[in-house]
Amino acid sequence: MSDRTPERLTVFKTYKLYVGGKFPRSESGRVYEVTDSKGNWLANAPLSSRKDARDAVVAARKAFGGWSGATAYNRGQVLYRVAEMLEGRREQFVREVAEAEGLSKAKAAAQVDAAIDRWVWYAGWTDKIAQVVGGGNPVAGPFFNLSSPEPTGVVAVLAPQKSSFLGLVSVLAPVIATGNTAVVIADERAPLPALSLAEVLATSDVRAPLPALSLAEVLATSDVPGGVVNVLSGRTAEIAAPLAAHQDVNAIDLAGADEALAKELEIAAADNLKRVLRPQPVDDWSATPGTDRMTAFLETKTVWHPTGSLGASGSSY
Amino acid sequence: MASAFEYAPAPESRAIADIAPSYGLFIDGEFTDAADGKVFKTLSPSTEEVLSEVARAGAEDVDRAVKAARRAFAKWSALPGSERAKYLFRIARIIQERSRELAVLETLDNGKPIKETRDADLPLVAAHFFYYAGWADKLGHAGFGADPRPLGVAGQVIPWNFPLLMLAWKIAPALATGNTVVLKPAETTPLSALFFADICRQAGLPNGVVNILPGYGDAGAALVAHPDVNKVAFTGSTAVGKEIARTVAGTRKKLTLELGGKGANIVFDDAPIDQAVEGIVTGIFFNQGQVCCAGSRLLVQESVQEELLDSLKRRLSTLRLGDPLDKNTDIGAINSAEQLARITALAERGEAEGAERWSPACELPSSGYWFAPTLFTGVTQAHTVAREEIFGPVLSVLTFRTPDEAVAKANNTQYGLSAGIWTEKGSRILAVANKLRAGVIWSNTFNKFDPTSPFGGYKESGFGREGGRHGLEAYLDV
Repeated sequence: MSDRTPERLTVFKTYKLYVGGKFPRSESGRVYEVTDSKGNWLANAPLSSRKDARDAVVAARKAFGGWSGATAYNRGQVLYRVAEMLEGRREQFVREVAEAEGLSKAKAAAQVDAAIDRWVWYAGWTDKIAQVVGGGNPVAGPFFNLSSPEPTGVVAVLAPQKSSFLGLVSVLAPVIATGNTAVVIADERAPLPALSLAEVLATSDVRAPLPALSLAEVLATSDVPGGVVNVLSGRTAEIAAPLAAHQDVNAIDLAGADEALAKELEIAAADNLKRVLRPQPVDDWSATPGTDRMTAFLETKTVWHPTGSLGASGSSY
Repeated sequence: MASAFEYAPAPESRAIADIAPSYGLFIDGEFTDAADGKVFKTLSPSTEEVLSEVARAGAEDVDRAVKAARRAFAKWSALPGSERAKYLFRIARIIQERSRELAVLETLDNGKPIKETRDADLPLVAAHFFYYAGWADKLGHAGFGADPRPLGVAGQVIPWNFPLLMLAWKIAPALATGNTVVLKPAETTPLSALFFADICRQAGLPNGVVNILPGYGDAGAALVAHPDVNKVAFTGSTAVGKEIARTVAGTRKKLTLELGGKGANIVFDDAPIDQAVEGIVTGIFFNQGQVCCAGSRLLVQESVQEELLDSLKRRLSTLRLGDPLDKNTDIGAINSAEQLARITALAERGEAEGAERWSPACELPSSGYWFAPTLFTGVTQAHTVAREEIFGPVLSVLTFRTPDEAVAKANNTQYGLSAGIWTEKGSRILAVANKLRAGVIWSNTFNKFDPTSPFGGYKESGFGREGGRHGLEAYLDV
């Protein structure tokens, strides 16, 4: 008998989906094995079904009115709050990214830091993008004419397959910064950072304008953000097909699709004329993005009104 | 109701438009026959008289035109923006010089009243070229990066409802940004595009920069599918738009679509009724209702329904339908027998489903394609005439009680192109405009267009914007 204390057995976490602000298992009851880059078992992730995808769309649609109707300032506060929550769980994400992508701790830390900074970057965009892409139009007549961007609606996002966290953040943040709601399919091979991100989102206050709440209070209201971001794990091709064909999805980001899958999904997306963002070659997710990922999911609404003319006879309608 | 005034005929002279008995395809700066020698006739829809015989492009001609556009692209895109601008300014000026001729031509080939081609189509066509001419050397200031690049060859397919205006919406931004184009006009209205080819010649535009291929859907399909086309722009029906979206899937072709609509024109109880009536008439009877952004659903608040409809019916009784070349004509001919059949069938469906049909006493000419202005009342959201785009002078009237109900009904459609709001209350205009899912919203006005104002739809009305700074994006590699 040894008199040494045995090494402590760690507590594993059951990873779950994030749909409508709740953490359900897949309705199918299926899971799949997630391994680190060396093939060692890390966890069982839910293997989402078509039904999970449809449920996520319903949740995203339900959340769209409130989220798109929130002030841009409010959305910026919420996105910044996400960055704060991530910063607090930085070590966890560094570990998960290192395991998932086979990176050294330093390299994984650089990815996580860049991802946190990206949330901050997009948090600052929420109340500026309308000024940059919208504006008054000098029409040749007595009319006030204003173009403003509006979110397109529910966006299906296929997270990049080779950047489990920074890539994910880089495609998700611009979608919700502009007021869309999202159904995200996590990196098929390395879904854990995405699922953990969902936990962070759940603890970020997506409704209250004052982010300076204590973490406990945030947790207490963590069901509130429900539906703005929904995260599914599983086989990308299996979940993406029903999303691309879904009549209540307005747009799809194909970042995580290979060429053949992207074509198939784009054809399905034509059925209700979804806005499609095709996969772009990305060498380095850490490069500063432009506004393209935001404008891809924005509509332009142009409103006209007669200006009238004081002193002239009669009405000028 | 007897007409308030009897007007003597005041026809515009058609002699100013000298239409040749036949036209070729315009490829690489020259008019040429189709490779397979096919031709088709273009008619005047108001008389069914044959105006001309036009070469009909096929797949082989599409390939020839795309090759010509590709050859022209290198030099054209390398020109300093200020030089491209000057070509476009020239084109704009020549359009102004020839605007009377083009207005008459468009009225003959399309069937719309001369009042509209003269006062709406042509001024907007020239303005569009002027507007985009000015962008050609200022693209670095447009918000798409310091030196945004063109895409290459643009394949453009346009409809018959505003033939020359749709050409301008497509060609002006494409050329300003340094692309070259192959454009297919609609088979019922090829003439103004062919006259435009002559304007390109007069302007000294380099060969191959603009190529015009009159033809049918098969030529459009071949153009969209051509592997050496970098950009596809289409205006037309939602069904064809979806087919095009499937065709370009999996390619790097950039796509913009301007498709159908079922615009709601919402009249609140405090609206200025007389002005609203004018707006409703403009909204659905402009261009015989053959307008994608037409206000084809009238949503009127219950409390003013009777007053508004009485007033509207009185107004409709004064509309003059007849010879499109007459300067007093309000309602011209329907563009084709096919379109007339579609409108007729949908109106019959409206009656069969139980909506109440009304038209003013209105004598239709014995030849040509005509449809009297028509109202449907007692329409529900489930009725076909409230859901499908009719693309004709047919207005469906629905009612509502609260602003929320108006918004819900207005948004209850697969489309999202246009909407109108009539109320004296500013805060209500802003609140309702905010909730409508449509790309263009006219408040206390309707069917206003301007080259600086972005136009395009939400949902199944398509994507991308034409006009304004926004319209540049469709033709830039961004």
